[in-house]
Amino acid sequence: MSQSPNIPLFGKAAVLESLADHAAVKAILAWNPEALTDAKFDFGELTLTIAPEQIRSAAATMQAAGYNFFEDLTAVDWYPASPRFQLSYLLLSHALRERIRLRVLLTDASPAVESIMPVWAGADYYEREVFDLFGIRFEEHPNLRRIMLPEDWNGHPLRKDYPVEGYR
Amino acid sequence: MSNLAGMPVLEPAQGAKDQHMVINMGPQHPATHGVLRLVLEIDGEIIVRLYPEIGYLHTGIEKTCEAKFYHQVVPLTDRINYLDPLANNLCYALAVEKLLSLEIPPKAQWMRVLLAELSRLNSHLIWLGTHAMDIGALTVFLYTFREREEILRLFEAVAGQRMMTSYIRIGGLAMEPPLDFLDRVQAFVRMLPEKIDEYSNLLTGNPIFRNRLKGVGHLSAADAVALGVTGPPLRASGVDFDLRRDMPYSSYEKFQFKVPVSNDCDCWARYEVRLIEMRESVKIIQQALDGMPEGAVKADAPKVVLPDREKMKTQMEALIHHFKIVTEGFAVPAGEVYQGIECGHGQMGYYVVSDGTAKPYRVHMRYPSFATLQAVETMCKGRMLADLVAVIGSIDIVLGEIDR
Repeated sequence: MSQSPNIPLFGKAAVLESLADHAAVKAILAWNPEALTDAKFDFGELTLTIAPEQIRSAAATMQAAGYNFFEDLTAVDWYPASPRFQLSYLLLSHALRERIRLRVLLTDASPAVESIMPVWAGADYYEREVFDLFGIRFEEHPNLRRIMLPEDWNGHPLRKDYPVEGYR
Repeated sequence: MSNLAGMPVLEPAQGAKDQHMVINMGPQHPATHGVLRLVLEIDGEIIVRLYPEIGYLHTGIEKTCEAKFYHQVVPLTDRINYLDPLANNLCYALAVEKLLSLEIPPKAQWMRVLLAELSRLNSHLIWLGTHAMDIGALTVFLYTFREREEILRLFEAVAGQRMMTSYIRIGGLAMEPPLDFLDRVQAFVRMLPEKIDEYSNLLTGNPIFRNRLKGVGHLSAADAVALGVTGPPLRASGVDFDLRRDMPYSSYEKFQFKVPVSNDCDCWARYEVRLIEMRESVKIIQQALDGMPEGAVKADAPKVVLPDREKMKTQMEALIHHFKIVTEGFAVPAGEVYQGIECGHGQMGYYVVSDGTAKPYRVHMRYPSFATLQAVETMCKGRMLADLVAVIGSIDIVLGEIDR
């Protein structure tokens, strides 16, 4: 990695200034700096917060910038805070040997975001899992159905307002 | 059967209703290595469509983690990929240690490497035995389980448990390994290369095994990357990437080993890659044994690491720390981290989000089999039904880690 992993950076301005030569930061500035709403560099991991409606083109931009491998997608429920949901996309570059995290924040009222399956077909199961356990919809996903739980399950268990022991 | 109401009963494609048939494989099929259900549309013996149905083992482990203290999550991790238990422990421990910025003593790191490689051997031995058995070579299963038994005995010696070890803890290891442990590992790695030759003699020249795997389950490098395939199947598709070498953790950068890669992209390539990986694991264990540093196996962090039993019974502070860790856990600084490691099946990753309290706000596990399963349709479409069994064996999936 080109930067020291020990100094955490918070905020878009700080990251853009200190990591100006980072491949992902350069690519996002060349693409659409407005879509980057926040950024941080913490524990040696770069997190870029992307405007929800831009996630698919952000993913395509990152893919073109060398982050060729989609590693993981999950969500975090910050209930009762707002915006409630955070999606964390983890991308890996085989050539640069580093990861970046794209973060998307979604509000509670019918959370939905574009599917990134046109960019990485491997996002299929991950998006279905987040849909199943968090109730976040992925638009244009070809088969957005529950993956872990039965079709007639009530609720989305990984939401924080879902009791750990389930509804009895 | 009310909960099956919404299931998609795959209908044969329009215009092929007279010719195609939809059949069900699993979930209790021995060749699916667990409870995987595959819905297949076939034209004679040719697979036209394939749809994996998973979730039969879903226990909501990620939700359970949110209700436990950080140290209570360790035993949950064993149960996800039960064939590679120490890799689970290691990955979770590394993620939490990253949040805590803990310094791990060298001996603990080397022991972790040694145990992770033993665990990888365990995983690969089971894969080899069951894969060969699926293909019809029953003998190998008995051979590999003989060696696996010795690995389980080693785990039992060090952790008191054969399968659910929980031996790698946040901040180091649970306790010092027993005195004769390293000698026993030495005896094991001295014996193993000969045994790998034995498996190779039984399988590599076997014409049935060869014909069932060669050219079967083709997965191009581009498809493998697009579908999130990692580990031996990725390297057998010609992508030279191994986290142990390329993004080292737990002092892997101090070990010399080769990363086998093959450009054949078929089941046979996966077999060859894993066989070489086993030999490389033996070399890594030998290096760990030769250069094992002296010193403590736990970090010097009394508020996080449980004290030794002896100290806990003789020193007041140790007793207080023990009591506090057990009853109220330890707070972890707020933040989010991801830690990836290379386990037997591929890239495993733990994503831990902390809100500054003693319980993790969110634990997400990225397990390799979940992504690799997506590639089965690509590998099997237009191929014979019997090849499906070879393909499922060759990607080495564990349903415990898919369903979590």
